Amino acid sequence: MQDIAPRVIEILATQALLDPSEIGPEATIESLGLDSLGLVEAIFAIEEAFDIQVPFNPNEPGQGGFDTTSVASIVAAVQGLVAGKAA
Amino acid sequence: MTKRVVITGAGTVNALAGDVPGTLEAMAAGRSGIGPLAFRDVDRLSVRIGAQVQGWDEAARFSRNEIAVYDRFTQFAVTAAAEALAMAGEGAGQGAGAIIGSAAGGIGTWEDNYRAVFAEGKNRVPPLVVPRLMVNAAASHVAMRHGLTGPSFAVSSACASSNHALGLAFRMVRDGQAPAMLAGGAEAMLCFGGIKAWESLRVLSPDGCRPFDARRNGLVMGEGAAVFVLEDADRAAARGAMPLAEISGFGMTADAGDIVVPSVDGAAAAIRAALDEARIDASEVGYVNAHGTGTQVNDRSEVAAIRRAFGSAAEGLMVSSTKALHGHAIGATGAIELLAVIMALRDGIIAPTLGLDQPDPACDLDHVPNEARRARVGAALSNAFAFGGLNAVLALRAL
Repeated sequence: MQDIAPRVIEILATQALLDPSEIGPEATIESLGLDSLGLVEAIFAIEEAFDIQVPFNPNEPGQGGFDTTSVASIVAAVQGLVAGKAA
Repeated sequence: MTKRVVITGAGTVNALAGDVPGTLEAMAAGRSGIGPLAFRDVDRLSVRIGAQVQGWDEAARFSRNEIAVYDRFTQFAVTAAAEALAMAGEGAGQGAGAIIGSAAGGIGTWEDNYRAVFAEGKNRVPPLVVPRLMVNAAASHVAMRHGLTGPSFAVSSACASSNHALGLAFRMVRDGQAPAMLAGGAEAMLCFGGIKAWESLRVLSPDGCRPFDARRNGLVMGEGAAVFVLEDADRAAARGAMPLAEISGFGMTADAGDIVVPSVDGAAAAIRAALDEARIDASEVGYVNAHGTGTQVNDRSEVAAIRRAFGSAAEGLMVSSTKALHGHAIGATGAIELLAVIMALRDGIIAPTLGLDQPDPACDLDHVPNEARRARVGAALSNAFAFGGLNAVLALRAL
């Protein structure tokens, strides 16, 4: 569970063309400079990395239970999905 | 000398009906063709709804030799073309060519044969796979079946393919390069691979198409074809044909911006170009058939583009999206939507935007919610704005 955060941050960093060290938990998608397609690509990479299905539709952000407000909220949501898979 | 260009025939196959009268009837009644998808491996998809052509029995419609070279999109195209030519009457195809738009061409043929060699380990595929899958197969078979020896080819510009095909054909007839042209679009992307690819882009709705509505959550794919006979008005009159409407202008632009995010500037410029070529004043236009995909990005950008192009005249417009009826038929969609434009101009019936109960405050035009409306319309536009930032707008007048 503890290695989820760095892997998610690494994926977001790759999409945002940043170094992972530049990304703190409070950072928002907008502050990382990710547009909706960048976010969709990041979520694809997250699904591949953790072998999960992420319920996310850019037409209704906030719906489906996957909170993309900040890096911390994305990490928490991925942790929840990974935990759900193990259960 | 430039000619006036009229539409003398129309044909279609789509989720609403297998012909033009049935399609117009469903549009006027506000009956949607969207439902559960049925094809191989649909259970492996997260999106399982679409506007699929129902009860399509290829073996009952075509010979074994035809099926060997007719992908589903070609089957739709030749069926629509036959209806259009029959409506246009004797001599309509004389000297004509065929321009058929499609985004994916024979994607079902690609899928079936990739499956055979990659997944099932087969070592050979049927010899006619290449001519079956090629994007120009529909145009070629329309020409072959009806002896159309004029200029014929395919155009491919994703969701604007039909409008580009119709716009080019319009200009060829107007400029005297052909006395008539068959033009339209055909698409059959409702297969496992087709939906799988779109699903990954996260623009598909899992539960319904609701253009301009605050609750919309994506587009719903459709399939089908529509083909029209565009003809020199003088020749049509000499033949005693009964034209449906006049095509009077076409505008096309490229955003040269983002590969998927539309630009207000590019769309507005295409609308202006169509009006200018048609010499139609913005205040004359009564109806715009919107691209109206039911994604937040498209709908808001399109409404802003219409406002920019029309200025204060936007308040008097009816702007409906018929995609909640026939689905987003991608390369065929503009041609199917042209039927709604013809219904507005000829019959005075405006097809509604279904699923519009809570309008998005950013989509504040008259979107003709849920029920068709009677209105006299003298001029109308049909918008198509494609991935790739390619915009194509047709301008028509009532006769």
